[in-house]
Amino acid sequence: MTKLTPVLSAHWDEKDSFTIEGYKRVGGYKAVTKALTMEPDAVIQMIKDSGLRGRGGAGFPTGSKWGFIPQGDNKEHYLVVNADESEPGTCKDMPLLMANPHVLIEGIIIGSYAIRANHAFIYLRGEVVHVFRRVQQAIEDAYKAGLLGKNIGGKGYDLELTLHAGAGAYICGEETALLDSLEGFRGQPRLRPPFPAIAGLYAKPTVVNNVESIASVPAIINNGIEWFQEMGTEKSKGFTLYSLSGHVNNPGQFEAPLGITLREILELAGGIREGHQLKFWTPGGSSTPLFTDQHLDIPLDYEGVSAAGSMLGTKALQIFDETTCVVRAVLRWSEFYKHESCGKCTPCREGTWWLVQMLHDLEAGKGTEADLAKLLDLCDNIAGRSFCALADGAVAPIISSLKYFRDEYLEHQRNGGCPFDRVASTIFKTVGV
Amino acid sequence: MTPEQALLETEVAIEMITVVIDGFEVTVPKGTLVIRAAEKLGIQIPRFCDHPLLKPAGACRQCLVDIEINGRAFPKPQASCTIPVENNMIVKTQLTSTVAEKAQEGIMEFLLINHPLDCAVCDKGGECPLQNQAMSTGRPESRFEGVKRTFEKPISISSQVLLDRERCVLCARCTRFSEEIAGDPFITLNERGALQQVGIYEKDPFESYYSGNTVQICPVGALTGTSYRFRARPFDLVSIDSACEHCASGCAMRTDIRRGKTLRRLAGDDPSVNEEWNCDKGRWAFKYLTNRERVTTPMIRGADGELHETSWPEAIAFAAAGLKDKRAGVLVGGRTTVEDAYGYSKFARVALGTNDIDFRARPHSDEETSFLSRVALNLKTTYKDIDVADQVVLLGFEPEEESPIVFLRIYKQVSKRALPVLSDAPFASRGSEKLGAVLISDLSKIANLTTKSVVIVGERLAETRGAFSSVYELINKSGAKLAWIPRRSGEPGALAAGAIPTLLPGGRPVTDPAARVDVAAAWSVESLPTSQGRSTSEILLALNVKNLDAVVIGGVDPLDISSTALTQLLNSFVVSLEISHSAITAVADVVLPVAAVIEKSGSYLDWQGSPRVFEKAIADSLSRSDVRILSMLADEMGSPINLPTVSATAREIASLGKWDGTPVAFEKSVSEKITELGEKLNLKSWRLLLDLGTLQGGEANLAGTARKASAHISKARAEKIGVKSGELISISSELGSLELPVEICEMADDLIWVPRNSIGSQVIANLGFVNGQVKVIKA
Ligand SMILES: Cc1cc2nc3c(=O)[nH]c(=O)nc-3n(C[C@H](O)[C@H](O)[C@H](O)COP(=O)(O)O)c2cc1C
Ligand code: SF4
Ligand code: SF4
Ligand code: SF4
Ligand code: FES
Repeated sequence: MTKLTPVLSAHWDEKDSFTIEGYKRVGGYKAVTKALTMEPDAVIQMIKDSGLRGRGGAGFPTGSKWGFIPQGDNKEHYLVVNADESEPGTCKDMPLLMANPHVLIEGIIIGSYAIRANHAFIYLRGEVVHVFRRVQQAIEDAYKAGLLGKNIGGKGYDLELTLHAGAGAYICGEETALLDSLEGFRGQPRLRPPFPAIAGLYAKPTVVNNVESIASVPAIINNGIEWFQEMGTEKSKGFTLYSLSGHVNNPGQFEAPLGITLREILELAGGIREGHQLKFWTPGGSSTPLFTDQHLDIPLDYEGVSAAGSMLGTKALQIFDETTCVVRAVLRWSEFYKHESCGKCTPCREGTWWLVQMLHDLEAGKGTEADLAKLLDLCDNIAGRSFCALADGAVAPIISSLKYFRDEYLEHQRNGGCPFDRVASTIFKTVGV
Repeated sequence: MTPEQALLETEVAIEMITVVIDGFEVTVPKGTLVIRAAEKLGIQIPRFCDHPLLKPAGACRQCLVDIEINGRAFPKPQASCTIPVENNMIVKTQLTSTVAEKAQEGIMEFLLINHPLDCAVCDKGGECPLQNQAMSTGRPESRFEGVKRTFEKPISISSQVLLDRERCVLCARCTRFSEEIAGDPFITLNERGALQQVGIYEKDPFESYYSGNTVQICPVGALTGTSYRFRARPFDLVSIDSACEHCASGCAMRTDIRRGKTLRRLAGDDPSVNEEWNCDKGRWAFKYLTNRERVTTPMIRGADGELHETSWPEAIAFAAAGLKDKRAGVLVGGRTTVEDAYGYSKFARVALGTNDIDFRARPHSDEETSFLSRVALNLKTTYKDIDVADQVVLLGFEPEEESPIVFLRIYKQVSKRALPVLSDAPFASRGSEKLGAVLISDLSKIANLTTKSVVIVGERLAETRGAFSSVYELINKSGAKLAWIPRRSGEPGALAAGAIPTLLPGGRPVTDPAARVDVAAAWSVESLPTSQGRSTSEILLALNVKNLDAVVIGGVDPLDISSTALTQLLNSFVVSLEISHSAITAVADVVLPVAAVIEKSGSYLDWQGSPRVFEKAIADSLSRSDVRILSMLADEMGSPINLPTVSATAREIASLGKWDGTPVAFEKSVSEKITELGEKLNLKSWRLLLDLGTLQGGEANLAGTARKASAHISKARAEKIGVKSGELISISSELGSLELPVEICEMADDLIWVPRNSIGSQVIANLGFVNGQVKVIKA
C-alpha cells in the first residue's frame, strides 16, 4: 500500500507552523538561498525536469509555463498566484495557506526569480478573511526578514509581493478573468490569444499558477529532481494534496503521491461512515464527471482519471453514500454554476438558467423520460460551445449522473417526487471525535 | 524608428492565405477572420457580437464552425469571428457540417429562451438580425417551457437612447463601440449570468456624441432611439442614400422616409469617410425641417411693413425689380450644396455684375480670404493621410466638436498606435484628453514636421491674425500635409463654386483676365466684374453706409457673424431665400422659400474635396433648390444664368472644370502685437457639437446630451477672483455680459474659455465678439 507523503503538510500539526520562525525551524527559506545562486534559466529547467504539473486543475507542466515567458524583452514580468479556490469540494489551498503561508511565499520568490519578475501577486478569495489576515502577516514578516523587497538575501534580486482580495466570484479563478479582476475590471475571461505568457497582467508577460503548484517548488529545489520523481507515476510526478470530504469518517487533506487510489485514501480516512456504502464521488471537484464505486481502483493521476472518463482536476474527492439523491446533488451544483456564470457567452449564461429549471422539475418528479433526452441534448449544446471551461464543468455532473444513475431520475418521475429521505444523508457521526 | 513607423515608411506586401470553406477555395489577406473569408464566398455564418469594425469578442458563440488545420481537426467547433485564416485550413460551416449546424441551432435556441419575442411591438421587428437569424438558424419550435427572465422596460440610458434589457442578447457591441471607437466608455455590462445587463455609471451619464451608433449596431431591439421609438415599422419606410448637411466630415447617410416624412436618419456606409459611423447631430438633428415655421409660399413686404403671401411670379418680379441695376451683394451661408453655391456665384457675377459674394457666415479675415483662395482650394489631404500620419497638428480646430468623424479617425490611430497629436487649444477639452493631445501655446512649438505629418486648420484660425501665414510657412518648409476643415458642410463646396470675393468657380482668380475669359465664354456673357469683391463683413458695412443698396441672402443667421450684422441690413433691400422663418426673413423685403436638404438633390464637398452626392429623399416635394429660384430671378432681371435644374447645374460645373492657370501668391499677414491686458482676460471660444445651432432645433432628446456650458479658467485665476469650481462668474465686455459656472483647469492665467453658442453662453449675442478682452469677476 502506498504511504502518505507529507511534504507541504509535514508540519501542519506544529503550533507555530504558520510563523516565519516555525517555518525556518523546519528548513524553510533554504530553497530561496539556493535558488538565488542558480541561473534563473537553471531554475526553470529544474522545474521542467522535475515534471511538476499545475495543481490548479488542468495539470499543465509548470516549468514549461515558466519557459514561455519571453526573456530579454525589456518588459516587466509578473507572477500571479491563483488563490481563488472556489470550486465546490475544493479545499486544499485555504488550509495550506492557514497552516503554512511561508512555503507559498518562498515558492513565489523562486518562481519570480526564475521568470525575471520583480512583482508578484496573490489573488486570494475575498470571503476567507482569516486566511487573508494570515497571509498578510506572513508577507509582512517576510518583508521584515529581508526575504521580500530590495536586494533579497543580499543577492541583488528585488521582489514586491502584493496580496489582493477577490470579491467572491468563481469565474475569477479562471486565469484570464482573474487578471481582469486584478486590474480592477469586472472579472470575465479574455479572448486568447494573446495568452498571459505574452500579454497577461497589464498586457505584460505573466505566469498564473495555483497556490499548491508554487508551494511545491521549494521542496523540489531543496531535495532535487530525483527525490520528487520517486513519487508519482510515469507522467504524473510527485506528491499532492487530496482533499477528502463528504460521507467519510475522517475527512481532510491527504498528501500522497499522484496515482494513489480512492480505495487507499478511504482506508487512510477510516472509510465511509458507518453502515453505509459509497455511491458516487467527484475525483477533482464538481466540474469533473462523477465516478461511482466502480472506480475505486482508478489511479488518481492525470492519465488514470482521464482514461476513466473524468479529470483529476483539483483532487477534491467529494464522497457521497447511498443516502444521497444524485438528482438533488446535481441540482445544487447546477445552481452554483448558474449563479457563477459570468454571463459573457450565450450557452453558459442561458444554458445554466434553463438547466436549473429542468432539474428542479425533475427533482420534483415533474419530468418525463423525454426530458432526460432533452437535458442531455442541452448539455451537448453547452459543452465545448462556450467561451471558457466553466460551462464544461457545469454540465459534467449532469452528463455523468445520467450515465450512471439514469434510473434514479426516472424513479423521481415514477414516484412523483424525490424517493430519498433527505435527512438520512445529513445525519453525521465521525469516529474518534 | 518604431516598428509602426517602419510600417508606415514602406509599402508592405500583404501575404495572402488560401483556405477551403465548405469545399470552396478562397484567398484572403493574412489576418482575415474566418467569418469574413466566408463572406467573400457568399457564405453567411450567423453572428451577433461580431462587427467588422470592432475587435473580436467571441461572446455570443453564434458563429461556431468546424475547423481543421493541416489535417488536424479542432476537437470542438470554433467561433469563426475570432479565428484568423491559416494556410491549409479547412472550414466547414453550417452548410457542410452537422456539428456546426447543431451547435448554431443550439446557441440560437439559448438566445431565445430569455428573449421576450415581442417582435410585434419592437422597433427592430422587420430589420432584426435576431429575427432573421432565428429564421435561418433556429429551431421551428422552442423547447423551453420554463420561466423567462424579466426586467423593467425600458430604462433610459441617456435622453436619446432607451434600453429594453429583456431584449438584449448581451453581445457587447454597444459597450465595445463606446469604448473602442468613441473612447466614451460610459456604458458597460454589469451583473453576471443571465442577469448581466448593459448599464450606465451613476456618476458619468452616457453623454457621448456618438451614442446613436450603438442603437444602429445593436443586433436586436434592445437599444432604441427615444425620438424614433414606436414611430414606424421598418417595412413601411423607404430608405434613401443621402449625405449629412451638418458638417464637413462628409458622412454618408441613410434617410428613412414614410409618406413624405423623415422618420429617422442612420449612418451610411463609406469606408473612406465615416466607415459605418456618424455623430448624434447628423443622426438626430433633422426636426428643424418640420419644427420651425417653414416658409412654404413666397412673401413680399407690403406698405404696411408686414410680409404678405403672394404668387411666385409676383414675388420674383418684386425681387427682380429691387435688384436690377442696383449695387447688391450676396451672402450665401455655410450649408448650401455645391450646385446652389454655384447658382449664387453665377447670379452675383451675371445678374448683379459683382464679386461681392461670400459664404462665410462667421468671423473671417482678409488673411483667410487669401489663404482660402490661394492655398485651401488646392489641398489634397484626405482621411487616408490621417491613417498613416506620423503626427497630427490641430490649429483652431476641435475635431470632436467641429468635425466629429475627423475626430474618430484620429482617435482610431491614437488608440491603435499612439499617434502623437498637438493642439493649439487653450485647455484640454474632453476630445483633446481622449487624443492625448499635447497643448502648445504658439506655433513655434511645433516640431518634427515631416511629409507624413498632417496639419489641420479650422475656420477659427481666421480669428488670430498672422496664424494662416505662419502655417503657410511651416508647411512650405516641412512639406507636411495641410487640411482646411471648416465646421459647416457647405463651405468647401462654396469655395470651389466661387462663392467668395476673390474667385470664380473652379478656383479662377477674378483678377486674372484669362480666368475671366474662360468663365465668360462658358457662361456666354461678354464680361465679368474685374476687381476683387467684398467679404461678408465688408458687404454688411457697405450696406450700412449705403455703398450697397441690396443684398441676396441664403441660409444665414446674422448672430453667427456679428452682433451688428442684422442692424446693418436694415436700410437695404433684402431678398431672403429661406427654409423657415428667421431673423433675416423678419427684416426681408422678399422671402423666397427653398427646399431643405431632403427635399432636393445635390452634392456637398467634404473637407477632402470629395463630392457627397445625394438624391431627393422626398420625391414629391414641391420645394425648389436655391439654384432654380436664382435662375428664375435672373431670367426676370434679363440676365439669365440658365441653371434650370440641379442636374443641369452639376453638368455645367463639371464641364467648366478646375482652373489650371497659375494661382496668385498667398499674401502673408503679420501677427498681431499682444496688447496689454491689465486686469482683463482674453476670451477664447468655440462651438460645442450640440448647442443652440439652428439646425438642431426641435430635438429635445438630442439637446439633453449636450455638454453643459461652463467657463474655464486657471487655478491661479480662480483664486485671484475668489471662486471655486462650480461657482458662478460674470464675464463682461462693453457690450454685455454673461454668467457661467466655473470649471478650473490647466490653462494660461490670462485666458478664459466659454462655449460660443450654448445655453447661457451665446458669445456674439452676449458679449459682442468671439475674441477679445473681457472683465471677469465673481458673480
Ligand atoms: C471556471 C474556472 C475556475 C477556476 N478556478 C481556479 C481556482 O480557483 N484556482 C486555481 O488555481 N485555478 C483555477 N482555475 C484554473 C486556472 O484557470 C489556471 O489554469 C490555473 O490557475 C493555473 O495554475 P496551475 O498551472 O498552477 O495549475 C479555474 C479555471 C476555470 C475555468
Ligand atoms: S462559459 Fe461563458 S458565461 Fe460561462 S463563465 Fe465562461 S465565459 Fe462566462
Ligand atoms: S444592448 Fe444591443 S448591442 Fe448592447 S449588448 Fe445588448 S444586444 Fe448587444
Ligand atoms: S460627423 Fe458631421 S457629417 Fe457626420 S453625421 Fe456628424 S455632423 Fe454629419
Ligand atoms: S459572432 Fe462569433 S462569437 Fe459572436
